[in-house]
Amino acid sequence: MAGDAPLLDVRDLCVSFRSGGRDVPIIENVSFTVCEREILGIVGESGSGKSVTAMAIMRLIDDPGVSLRGSVRFRGQELTTLPQKAFRHIRGREIAMIFQDPMTAFTPVYTIGWQIDEAIRVHERVSKSEARTRTVRLLGDMGVPDPERTANRYPHQLSGGLRQRAMIAMALSCNPALLIADEPTTALDVTVQAQILDLLRNLRTDYGSAVMLITHDMGVVAETCDHVMVLYSGRVAERGPASAIFTQPAHPYTAALLDSIPPLTGPRPMRLPSIAGVPPAPLERPPGCAFAPRCHYAHDACSVLPPLVRFAEQDVACILPGEGKALPPRILHGAEA
Amino acid sequence: MLKALLQRFGQTVFVLFGISVLVFLVFFATPGADPTSRIAGKNASPETIAKVRQEYGFDRPLPVQYATMMKKLFITQDLTSYANRGEKVVPELIKAAPVTLSLATGGAVIWVVVSILMGTVAAAFRGTWIDRTLMAIGLIGISIPVFWLGQVANLITQARYHDTWLFSWVPALGYVPFAESPVGWFKALIIPWCTLAVLFIGVYARVLRSDLVTVSGEDFMRTARAKGLSPTRVLLVHGLRTSMITFVSLFGMDFAQLIGGGALLTEVVFGLQGVGRLTYQALSALDLPLIMASVMYSAVFVVLANALVDVIYIFLDPRVRDGR
Ligand SMILES: Nc1ncnc2c1ncn2[C@@H]1O[C@H](COP(=O)(O)OP(=O)(O)O)[C@@H](O)[C@H]1O
Ligand code: SF4
Ligand SMILES: [Mg+2]
Repeated sequence: MAGDAPLLDVRDLCVSFRSGGRDVPIIENVSFTVCEREILGIVGESGSGKSVTAMAIMRLIDDPGVSLRGSVRFRGQELTTLPQKAFRHIRGREIAMIFQDPMTAFTPVYTIGWQIDEAIRVHERVSKSEARTRTVRLLGDMGVPDPERTANRYPHQLSGGLRQRAMIAMALSCNPALLIADEPTTALDVTVQAQILDLLRNLRTDYGSAVMLITHDMGVVAETCDHVMVLYSGRVAERGPASAIFTQPAHPYTAALLDSIPPLTGPRPMRLPSIAGVPPAPLERPPGCAFAPRCHYAHDACSVLPPLVRFAEQDVACILPGEGKALPPRILHGAEA
Repeated sequence: MLKALLQRFGQTVFVLFGISVLVFLVFFATPGADPTSRIAGKNASPETIAKVRQEYGFDRPLPVQYATMMKKLFITQDLTSYANRGEKVVPELIKAAPVTLSLATGGAVIWVVVSILMGTVAAAFRGTWIDRTLMAIGLIGISIPVFWLGQVANLITQARYHDTWLFSWVPALGYVPFAESPVGWFKALIIPWCTLAVLFIGVYARVLRSDLVTVSGEDFMRTARAKGLSPTRVLLVHGLRTSMITFVSLFGMDFAQLIGGGALLTEVVFGLQGVGRLTYQALSALDLPLIMASVMYSAVFVVLANALVDVIYIFLDPRVRDGR
């Protein structure tokens, strides 16, 4: 894969919304790439701008006060300036998306199968019965029991897990090169969550799709992703290969997120260490590092916005590595137990 | 299915019984409503009064009178009016029903079609001048009194411009039975239909627009867009179809009420002898048999319309099918 142009190349993406007469920046200079068949995890607390990033890439934000800057290239094609009509051929066919809440993501008045057929037939000239054959096969592939009957059921007749499987089946119906999954397991219970993650992990071999997996749960990333991007308050905090970030996080926020993963083995602690405080509202971001108010290592130099710098295998927006005071490598939970 | 039908039938009978008892009691409790003296005429001799009382059964206990009236209304169907001696009320009602049915149905077709168009277009162009203009027109429609609008329509088409090419086709006021001349029927009713529809168009377009706007924020609309569907398809196939549920329940109530006589004002302005007018006459003459007949008739239609709405619901919303 080395040397290949990335599948998706996002550069300096900025999204702001007009509110109360001024532009409120939600996403600032977010850059990342997704390669073919790669799984990129985008992590951050609620409100850090993960969904807005995904919706901006898909150009699905219909707020009239939105303004988008930067560049999004998909297979070398610039998406930000593509006319909406041309964009429709990309949505669903090249880049598909699934959402957090499978309960509300299907139109309640049509059967699951009808809605997947629709997704196929909008992009490909196939007959109804051909579409249905593919729908049933997809549902079966996604581990839906009795796919033929399930296709004729309405969304409310299925469990959350089945609905999310159907949702993934619908997203894969046109064999997209990239699947954006916005918190696909957050609304599901733990066992179902593991099954769905398994499904996503296998997409690259079974369907050749890359996945952009959005989550607020570092544990999900640990189980699934090749690369990770940590967002904090609309900015990239750290970005790099998952293995590097898990062994030696360079940003104190990443380290704090990693500390909040429940151990896979050994006794579950009564309370997980969590990060005190909340992220700043977009309008109240401090001029320097946005994490400073919650950071144990904050000092004077942090009042200047730290640029993304290279550290080991990752890029990090913190001045500690530059000052030669990088965080120590982590002791993994497994080793403790 | 059969159980549901029987249940519905039982409910209907219960509702009819309740309403009829209520009408009956209210009538006899109303001071000055005593029909004997009005039937017998002013200054009637005591003998005449006694004869009338006996002939009409007013000397019998109320429950017996009630039962007799119900029997005459539903079984023998020869209930006669108190106001016009010898006039049978059931045929009277049967004559008026097609007029009202034609008026309400035609008006409903117009208002449903136009309001769906208006509401959908307004929602599609939400926040633009198109949206504002359509909603302003709707609001004007809501605020115009039907009676006034009807009078103006008559003034224009019957008097002032009747001789111009534009309105010379408009027939004189009144109803033409469909069986007699479908074209005549249409010509006679088209202006009343439009007049009746104006009020409802405004209300329905607003309701639909606001439902569509609400629904456009739903997750499934986002899914539909993420699939790559065109905005038109998203709006019509996913949005409109889902938004029709409130629209239909509103329609069921309004339509039933119109069929049951609620189009009184339109009927009066356009000289249509419909159920609304009949009920009005019955009420002003305190003519119990006619009141009773028309109230029963309205109640039946309200129940029927509700049943129809339920059926449409089942068709529209699969969640209702599963009893959720
Ligand atoms: N349409 C919008 N108008 C204004 N602000 C918005 C809009 N959509 C999202 N935001 C703001 O953007 C920020 C990031 O939201 P989001 O991307 O949904 O967070 P996440 O998905 O990471 O939980 C939040 O502060 C939210 O209030
Ligand atoms: S720049 Fe300063 S405040 Fe921000 S994360 Fe690094 S040490 Fe903490
Ligand atoms: Mg989100």
